[in-house]
Formats: sequence, structure tokens, C-alpha cells
Amino acid sequence: MNALKTYIIPRLIQYVVVIFIGITITFIIPRLTPIDPVQTAINRLTSYGGIYMEPEIVESLQNTLKELYGLEGSLLEQYFAFWKHLFTLDFGPSLSMFPTPVIEIIANSLPWTIFLLLTTLLISWIIGNILGGLAGYFKDEKWSNVLAIVAMSIYPIPYYVMALILVILFVYIFPVFPMMGGYSIGIQPSLSWAFIVDVLRHSILPAISLIIIGIGWWFLSMRSMTSNVVAEDYVTYIEFAGLPRHKVLFSYVMRNAILPQVTALALQIGGIFNGAVITEVAFSYPGVGLLLKNAITNGDFNLMMGIAVFSIIAIATASLVIDLLYPLFDPRIRYR
Amino acid sequence: MFVILKDLLKRDKKFLFGFIVVCILVFLAILSIFSPYDPRSWSVVPKDRPPSFQYILGTNSMGQDIFWNTTHALKNSFVLGITTAVVATIIGTIVGLIAGYRGGTLDKVLMSINDSFIVLPSLPILVFLSFSLRGKMTMFVLGLTLSVFSWPWGGKQVRAQVLSLREREFTYTSVFSGMNMWKVVFREHLPFVIPWVIANFINTILWALGMEITLSVLGLTSLETPTIGTTIHWAMQYQAIFRGIWWWLLTPIILCVLLFVALYMLSVSISEFLDPRTRLQRIKMGG
Repeated sequence: MNALKTYIIPRLIQYVVVIFIGITITFIIPRLTPIDPVQTAINRLTSYGGIYMEPEIVESLQNTLKELYGLEGSLLEQYFAFWKHLFTLDFGPSLSMFPTPVIEIIANSLPWTIFLLLTTLLISWIIGNILGGLAGYFKDEKWSNVLAIVAMSIYPIPYYVMALILVILFVYIFPVFPMMGGYSIGIQPSLSWAFIVDVLRHSILPAISLIIIGIGWWFLSMRSMTSNVVAEDYVTYIEFAGLPRHKVLFSYVMRNAILPQVTALALQIGGIFNGAVITEVAFSYPGVGLLLKNAITNGDFNLMMGIAVFSIIAIATASLVIDLLYPLFDPRIRYR
Repeated sequence: MFVILKDLLKRDKKFLFGFIVVCILVFLAILSIFSPYDPRSWSVVPKDRPPSFQYILGTNSMGQDIFWNTTHALKNSFVLGITTAVVATIIGTIVGLIAGYRGGTLDKVLMSINDSFIVLPSLPILVFLSFSLRGKMTMFVLGLTLSVFSWPWGGKQVRAQVLSLREREFTYTSVFSGMNMWKVVFREHLPFVIPWVIANFINTILWALGMEITLSVLGLTSLETPTIGTTIHWAMQYQAIFRGIWWWLLTPIILCVLLFVALYMLSVSISEFLDPRTRLQRIKMGG
């Protein structure tokens, strides 16, 4: 009961605050800029088809768009209308793929991003922590230092540059992997074996790109965490008590060092999402990142807004879920 | 200060590596003053020439000399990184110092804002913002915007340091001798947190440069200004890899990797130096 009061409720309040700040910022941004989204959209429509529109039609279009963007009424009314649209998941139709609703387009690319993000995150977190734990426990061994130097030279590389390096190596110099898309052109998306293999083949390079950087980060933080825990008195004590080494390492050292890593996961998830977005762009992988790129090149304001709002909520929620799972790892909070 | 610098250069290979590489890159950035070409103008040299004596790093499809363009790109990237880091560090340090020193409700409020900004996904908001401001996003505005999203990490760290400084004897002495909060915080506590602030400063530069690359690749920064990000953007736009103009893409990639690794090594080395446990180990090992 105490855990609820001291841990869960403050975290829930923070969740609400984060969403509130994020959504309010997205509400303010287009109203601060000198560019009128309504006019831009109309210019796009008229220049796109080269259609001449009667002034009355333009005016009625203007009004519908104004209503759509929630630009009617006072600022406060607009703000409430904005929230109402959010709760009903209504972001209006996409401008570049008119009249498909934005939410439908996002829902189509979401599974790709979740698949990529979740698998790479799990793989890199697990491998990085195991390697980091070992390297921290055997801190003075040569291989531990070599691994640390390798990780330090890989982790800081920006995601997009890492993706480019992999493209140059494995698509251009040694053409092992296909470059573009989520699956080959001409293959119908279905649950067949051939399709699954094709999808996996296309996801390997983006996944590797994310995993390498991810492992680098989790390895480095776990290594320093573990080497701090090893220096604690209780570890010296159980070592003298004659516990087998693997037991010391896994049940006493890593068990304690892993806790900050769970919290770090909740804090890093936004940054990891940024990385996934830009990696998708580099490989033209059909997830939310590529969608974002398309929205930018097509000047699709609605889609842009939908993605921004959607990712703010999604990331905040993911971070909350990890934090709420934290008591499962930390008995001190569970039994308090 | 210089003693510490000399000490770090002598004892820590990571620091030495980072220091040398950053110095070289800063030197290259300074060279941009002597550039014979305007970085914004196109077709000043023959197109797509491979590296030669005349054009050390070759030329690109826009008719620009890659070497001189790169010096400009480095300069602009440094300016952006430093602008962001200066603003973010000032905000973060002040918030951290005050939250740590005052404690109580103010601390709770400031830290919940701080934590919210840490969890707040920056990319979607930044993309949305630069999309709306398209074309009007100068380097300076971009730097300011980025700093809004990068101050909380430093703030959190400074606060944690001040929490322990607050309980030390000298704080009580200065309070009892009648110094007000600002004086105690800036005269007595700030000097102690400066090294953390420096490590954070470097990390913020890293973050800002990475974000700039991301935004440039998406085509959202002012693309006519050469930076590391926009150089990559144009090389990709002209399909440099597949047309075999490798020198165009390889230059920013190699520079970028060097710069990021070097800055990261500097920040790691400083944080290790700060951690008494690792410092003790180094002394023990006779390093």
C-alpha cells in the first residue's frame, strides 16, 4: 500500500504532466509560426492538380480546414477542442493521401516500428547488460578493457551515420543485404513463409544498426555500475564466505547493478525512439520514421501533427509502463 | 585548472586522443576563414572531381570544393553545438543549484519539471517545430530550441551534487556569516560543481550535433548553410554512394565519427577523473 503512495502515484502524476506539456507544446507551435496552415493546404491543393477554384469554393474549403485544424473561436476554445480531438483519436484526413484518415495511416506503419524497436531494444538491453556485467566484474582483465574501448568508439556515433556506414559496407561494397523498404517489391504481404523471410532479410540491417549502438550504451553503463557494486563490502564478504563465483556475479553483483539499468531504460526510451525513426529513414523501412519523412516532403501538416502527438503519448506511456514494472525487479519497493 | 589538464593529458590516453582530435578539428574549422569560396555559392569549381592535389578532398555535384566546404561545415556545427551547450548549461546549472540548495517544495516542483523534460520525446516536437518554421530556422534559433530540450540532464546532476554540498560545514559557515542564497550558491557551491558542468557541456554538444544531423537528414534545417548534417543530406540527395562519388559522403562520415568519439572520450575521461573510486584505482595502479 505504501509503495502505491510513494512510488506509483507520483509516477502517474508525472505521466500526466509530461503528456500535458508535450501536447500543449504541439498546440502552441503552429500558432506561434507566421505560416498559416490553412493557406498552405489550399495552395498545395490548387497547385497540385493545377485546378482553378471558384472563390466561393475556396472560402468554403477555408472554413472546413479552419474547423479541422481547430482554428475557430478563442484560443481557450481552440485548446479545449484540440484535446477533444485527441481523446477521440481524430487527427483529420491526411493531405497528401486525401481522404484517408491520419490515424489509419499511422496504424498501418506502427506495427513495423514496434517490431523493430521492441526486438532491437530487448536484444541490445540483454546482451549489453550481460556483457557489461561480466566486464565490470572482471574489470582489470585485458578483454574487459578492450571491449570498453570498442564500445566507447561505437556508442557515440549518431544513428544515421551508423546506418550509412552499414549501407556502404553491406549494400555497396559487399552486397549481402537489400537496401530499400520493408519487403521486396512484388511480394504480397501475407502470412506465408516466403514473406516472413523476406521481411526479416530487410529488417536485419536496420536492426543491426540499432543493436550495435544500443549494446554499446548498455554495456558501458552496466560495466561502470557493476564495477561500483563489486567494490562494496558485502561483495567482499560473500567472496570470503566462499560462494561460487558465478553465484556471486549473478545473484549478488548483477542483481543489484541491474536496477538502475531498468530506470535508465525508462529514461532512454525517447532517445531510442529518435534513433529508430532516423534509422528507418536511412533504410526506407516502412515504419513511423519513414512516414514522418514523407509527411515532411509532402508538406502534410495533418499527418505531421498526428505523428508528433501520437509519439509523445506512446513514448510517455512506454516509459510509464517500464517504471511501473520496476517494483517487480526491486523488492525494496514491493515490500515497503 | 592547467595542472589538472596536464595531469589528464599525461595519465589518460582517452583524454589525450579526444583532446588531439578536437584540437585538429577546431583548427580545420578556424581554417574556414581563409576559404577562397563562399560556402553558399554553387558551381565555383568543376563538378564530381575525385581527390587530387588541386582539390584535396575532391569536389561535389554542386560544384563545391569539399575540403573548404567541410571547414565551413565544421565551424557551423561547432557554433551550433556550443550555442546549445552554453544556453542549456546555464539553465541546467541554475535550476540544479537552486533546487538542490533550497530543497522542499521548490525542489519538488523544479525536479518534476526537469524529469518531465527528460521523458518528453524531443524528436517529434523538434521535427514539428522546424516543420512549422521551415526556412526560418537559423543556426542560432535551432541552437536555442535544442537547448530547451537538453538542459534537464545537467540540472539533475548539479542538483545531486549540491544536495551533498549543502550539508557540509562551509555552507553553514557562509550562511551564518550572513551570505544570501545567491552568494552561497554561486560563490561557494558553483566552483565544486564546475567539473560536472564541463562534462555535461560536452555531452550537450554531442547531443546537439546528433540532433542537427537527424533534422538535416529530414531536410528541416536551413539546408544552404553547410554543417555536418547538411553535407550528409546533400550527398544523400544526389545519391553520392550509388554514383560512386564516395569522397563526398565519406568525408562527413569520417569526420563525424572522429568528432563524436573524441568528444565522448573527453567527457568519459572527465567523469572518471571526478569519480573518487576510479581516481583511487588509478593511483593504486601507479598510472
